[in-house]
Amino acid sequence: MPEVTSDESADEPDGGVQIDLISGARMEGLTSMEKIRLILDGVRDGNIVILEEGLSPDEESKLIEVTMTEISPDDFSGIEIETYPQSQATDQSLLDRLMGRESAKKLTVIGPANQLETLHKDETLISALVSRK
Amino acid sequence: MGLLTNLRDSVSRVTDRLFTDSEPKRIGIYGPPNAGKTTLANRIARDWTGDAVGPESHIPHETRRARRKEGVEIERNGRKVTIDIVDTPGVTTKVDYKEFLDHEMEKDDAVRRSREATEGVAEAMHWLREDVDGVIYVLDSTTDPFTQVNTMLIGIIESQDLPVLILANKTDLPESNVQRVANAFPQHETIPLSALEGENMDEVYDKIAEYFG
Repeated sequence: MPEVTSDESADEPDGGVQIDLISGARMEGLTSMEKIRLILDGVRDGNIVILEEGLSPDEESKLIEVTMTEISPDDFSGIEIETYPQSQATDQSLLDRLMGRESAKKLTVIGPANQLETLHKDETLISALVSRK
Repeated sequence: MGLLTNLRDSVSRVTDRLFTDSEPKRIGIYGPPNAGKTTLANRIARDWTGDAVGPESHIPHETRRARRKEGVEIERNGRKVTIDIVDTPGVTTKVDYKEFLDHEMEKDDAVRRSREATEGVAEAMHWLREDVDGVIYVLDSTTDPFTQVNTMLIGIIESQDLPVLILANKTDLPESNVQRVANAFPQHETIPLSALEGENMDEVYDKIAEYFG
């Protein structure tokens, strides 16, 4: 599997915003930290990262934690992240959760906090405004 | 031999339970910034121990370190429940020092506060994954509960099978909308309260005893 590297964004035309749509298949073989690195490297380059299948709750928790360690004044103020609001956890059986069969498959949009603004969100629609740096 | 093994297992289960029950449960107070977590922690601590947990403020990220108040004994219906309260920094995915400048703060102070805030959020997430036995999730009932941070945090708490009590705080304000909070998380019970005014604390303590006792 070819590696996604942040310098792919170097080819972006001036003034544009790069959007990376990452398939579930691409994320499948990665460890939690590799997924988080892939997301944060893209976002720190000013890209919008869209995950076909999202992250597990534990990975989301680590994403928040790692994001916090990378925030620095006038450089990176964190991330904006959006998924459809849902209560999948309650739809899952205890057995599914015990077996680690987490139904984390939810489209997730992540971008730099200063460039991505959520305009509206409900169970079926995420509407966001993306601005240039 | 089988009988002895069974007997040993039974004794071990009973002693485990005795020791487990005697240890106070660590209950983390979580929620977004400015939901009133510290006000609630102080209210609980003052009601049952006479001491406060930490300073309260309308400026976001006043709490930048998790603070634990140990051995808070809550008495309900003749039964005592002992918990450790852990007041945590408000969880967010972004911290920009410039938002503190609006609160008449010098840039150096704002930058320092934002750095401490980010460390605090990371610390809060770590506590959630490793060190709490239950969660009181505090929401400001005057604001929209359908935020990504709330959705993610409730998902994280559920994935760890931690008992969670959702509190719709600030019911003393006219814009308070408890039903909106209840609708956002229908899988959990929502208790209205004003931690500032001490409204409906009896029900809060009943539920704390029920959920975490």
